[in-house]
Amino acid sequence: MTVYLIRRLMQAGLVLAVMSVLVFLGVFAVGDPIEILISPEATQFEKEEARRALGLDLPLWQQYLVFLENAVQGDLGRSFVFNMPAIQVILMRFPATLELALVAMLWTVLFGVPLGLWAGLKPNSVSGKTIMAGSILGFSLPSFWVGLMLIMTFAVMLGWLPSTGRAEPVTMFGITSSLWTAKGWAHVMLPSVNLALGQIALVIRLTRAGVREAMLMDYVKFARAKGLTQRRVIGVHVMKNIMIPIVTVLGLELGSLIAFAVVTESIFAWPGMGKLIIDSINLLDRPIVVAYLMMTVFLVILINFAVDVLYSVLDPRVRLKDSGS
Amino acid sequence: MTETLVVENLATHFFTKAGVVKAVDGVSFRVGRGKVLGLVGESGSGKSVTGFSVMGLVDPPGRIVSGAIRFKGENLVGKSEEAWRSLRGARIAMIFQDPMMTLNPVLRIDTQMIEAVQAHERVSAEEARKRARDALGQVGIPSPEERLKAYPHQFSGGMRQRVAIAIALLHKPDLIVADEPTTALDVTIQGQILAEVQSLARDTGTSLIWITHDLSVVAGLADDICVMYAGKVVEQGSVDDVLDHPLHPYTNGLLGSVPSRNRRGEPLRQIPGMTPSLLSLPQGCAFQTRCPRADAACRHNIGMTELREGQFVRCVHPHQEALA
Repeated sequence: MTVYLIRRLMQAGLVLAVMSVLVFLGVFAVGDPIEILISPEATQFEKEEARRALGLDLPLWQQYLVFLENAVQGDLGRSFVFNMPAIQVILMRFPATLELALVAMLWTVLFGVPLGLWAGLKPNSVSGKTIMAGSILGFSLPSFWVGLMLIMTFAVMLGWLPSTGRAEPVTMFGITSSLWTAKGWAHVMLPSVNLALGQIALVIRLTRAGVREAMLMDYVKFARAKGLTQRRVIGVHVMKNIMIPIVTVLGLELGSLIAFAVVTESIFAWPGMGKLIIDSINLLDRPIVVAYLMMTVFLVILINFAVDVLYSVLDPRVRLKDSGS
Repeated sequence: MTETLVVENLATHFFTKAGVVKAVDGVSFRVGRGKVLGLVGESGSGKSVTGFSVMGLVDPPGRIVSGAIRFKGENLVGKSEEAWRSLRGARIAMIFQDPMMTLNPVLRIDTQMIEAVQAHERVSAEEARKRARDALGQVGIPSPEERLKAYPHQFSGGMRQRVAIAIALLHKPDLIVADEPTTALDVTIQGQILAEVQSLARDTGTSLIWITHDLSVVAGLADDICVMYAGKVVEQGSVDDVLDHPLHPYTNGLLGSVPSRNRRGEPLRQIPGMTPSLLSLPQGCAFQTRCPRADAACRHNIGMTELREGQFVRCVHPHQEALA
């Protein structure tokens, strides 16, 4: 297990290093931030001065080395726009995004798994086929369009839910979140549903495929031959087996939900990291973009690792292999 | 004495898109208390479906369309799912072919055994666990207390089949349906398991339906034998009668294709051709396309005739010379 952990840690370090080079080259290619940050009336001398102050006068490889040196010490640079450490700016926005992603995840599990189970157990029924047809829509409808339709329906026409923004966060049990209030839930409802739709569709299909496969297995027939109730056969014998792929995919999806809630956050003006990154790219606020991407990579690595650990809890056969290595 | 199981004219059909597959078509047999019935046939002869029908475990698109399954005098056909469930595992148990597939890979042995006990009796988890441990000991698994905590992949194939047998024995059922339980095991383990099941069945008075394609297994184990072909019983009788002087050309062919010391050096006789598709059976006897004795008379359906006392055959041209 220790060997495994060390190997994973080294892989993670390598991924981060490669990513940092790619990101650095990428933002360099996007354009010169000085042209946007400084007013057009500034003199050539003022521009040079600003360039030197931000360290942009150095050759690219030197800029990278300076960045690397600071990054190792936990400093990912200062935002050009906010004049604050980039990491701090991002972390201020992080809770909002995490909140949104977790609520979307909640819908995904709450709706995706039971609907997939139903569709898998009754593949030829009208309800089962309707669920499958619906999941195709969930996959293929563009998220920005669905977002606008949600706003049209529930905010404009029905007036049930607010269309934009996040409610004021409240601190309870040491956790600051807007979800402690009913108003907070009302605000998070539309964006989270919008974000969850594609995920729900994915989980429905995954669960259905898993159930259909598991139902044909001998262990299900044997469980029935033991005289177990249908409820126990499905709830324990089938579910425990199909949870393995579902947990894997959910973990990966949580990572991408946090990282790429950009569209949803923009439409619903949700003050999260996705909106921040879009704004920062527009303003060529390099440190924020770099820090954001580095953090995202780190987060995805972390979630993947958590999934691997969870995997070994769910599947006893994985545990054996670990102790053997 | 009432029979443990009487199956009368059982028909189990599968309603597929390609047509109706008559997997079991008018099968009758009876199993007495403590007796062993060998159900013999090739793949696709309907022997496994017969077993699943007796368990009430035929999955759609298949269903029992007619006939009766009388278990201790009570007809089970048409009973509710709950009535079937309360019998399954308790009074009628089943052992499957492939021990690598029958135990759930992600649940511990104790979980799978305790739930089997508690499915039929209201006992504490502790009591159920004790029963599970004793059952494992009974089928010859060393240090059962520790093995209860193991997962299926930590057992060998033979050990897994023992666990499955232990589960089948938990409630001391009246009948065990064993669907080729030794086919996937190597010969030494096969012998041990056969001997154990036989002695356990004798001790508890449990009846057995032993489904197999292996005549040598049946020869040593069964009291009676039922030979199936394409969903129908073609010959049945006591094991000695059927194996010593088979009347149906198919049974004869099956016996001829078993290697024997007495015919060393001769090429092994085989039955030519393949089992016909159940969707397009010929008119009359299903075996006529592969039968050396077939002629025009075989195109008519015929019933079972008792050619010797207790030995029935479904054939126009039986091997009657064997009787002489």
